[in-house]
Amino acid sequence: MARVIVITSGKGGVGKTTTAAAMAMGLAQRGNRTVVIDFDVGLRNLDLIMGCERRVVYDFVNVINGEANLNQALIRDKRCDGLYVLPASQTRDKDALTVEGVGQVLEDLGKSHDYIVCDSPAGIEHGATMAMYFADDAVVVTNPEVSSVRDSDRMLGILSSKSRRAESNEEPIREHLLLTRYSPERVARGEMLSLEDVQEILSLNLLGVIPESQAVLNASNAGVPVILSSDSDAGQAYGDMVSRFLGEDVPMRFLEAGKKGLFSRIFGG
Amino acid sequence: MGLLDYFRNSGRNRGSASVAKERLQILVAHDRAARDRPSYLPKLQQEILAVIRKYVDVDMNAVSVNYEQEDSQEILELNIVLPDAAGRT
Repeated sequence: MARVIVITSGKGGVGKTTTAAAMAMGLAQRGNRTVVIDFDVGLRNLDLIMGCERRVVYDFVNVINGEANLNQALIRDKRCDGLYVLPASQTRDKDALTVEGVGQVLEDLGKSHDYIVCDSPAGIEHGATMAMYFADDAVVVTNPEVSSVRDSDRMLGILSSKSRRAESNEEPIREHLLLTRYSPERVARGEMLSLEDVQEILSLNLLGVIPESQAVLNASNAGVPVILSSDSDAGQAYGDMVSRFLGEDVPMRFLEAGKKGLFSRIFGG
Repeated sequence: MGLLDYFRNSGRNRGSASVAKERLQILVAHDRAARDRPSYLPKLQQEILAVIRKYVDVDMNAVSVNYEQEDSQEILELNIVLPDAAGRT
């Protein structure tokens, strides 16, 4: 049975889809049979970030409604063996995702995969709750910024009450924190919440810290998961994150501001 | 601590991040308290009010139910405001 991982946050624009794409690619690169599912019905974007937008024929809702089978809807990644994308529907209404339908698709996928990564839409509406309902692990993507931290905390409340595991009194979902768009320079200047500040409030298992990086936009422009930009800081940080998820002990990187000369130390900036 | 460190640290304390952290800590504590409240509270409040209104003509918002959680105990606090003697039937 596959492990189901939800990438969630509450707030939009914090890097959920970037993270889902990177994590799925990272898991597959390490030899795991992985599928990544876009739960954002009506606003699909994962296909763009994965660079397979022109190969979408059938989607998640088609499969749930029995209009296509999984093999027809899954898009095989051309860069990495064992990685598949299940795109969201662009047109249907959100209620098309039913608990039974989603559960059936996940069960079928689970037979032939090791990991199922669910890319949640923003908010706490139906699509987001469906994405997290069957999760075994949750990666809470958070920016070091007040509204994102608050929304993450709200998501934690929902994860612990409105999931299959919570409802059937099973072992709770394993919750992990991924801090993204982190700027060590701004933290050093006291302008941005530090990793320690965020952890003091959320106190979660820390999966990684992704630095604010130009590589992320460059990667999404090109439709290449940023984890493949292995010479970039963000790409390496995502690589570390996946290793940590798989149980390796990898030290945190990119947490310190670059060394500055005497001049800038005195005058700041 | 050198003179430069002193200036740097005083700059850090004035930074907006510490304000953000303070505001978040208060907000999150408040959110969590509300979240952990049992879901039967509103109904409990309604039914208690209905019972009291059988005997005393109290205002619709005369009953307040408060729930607090401390380390090992939960406190359910009921506050009922009875009307003045003149208002009693």
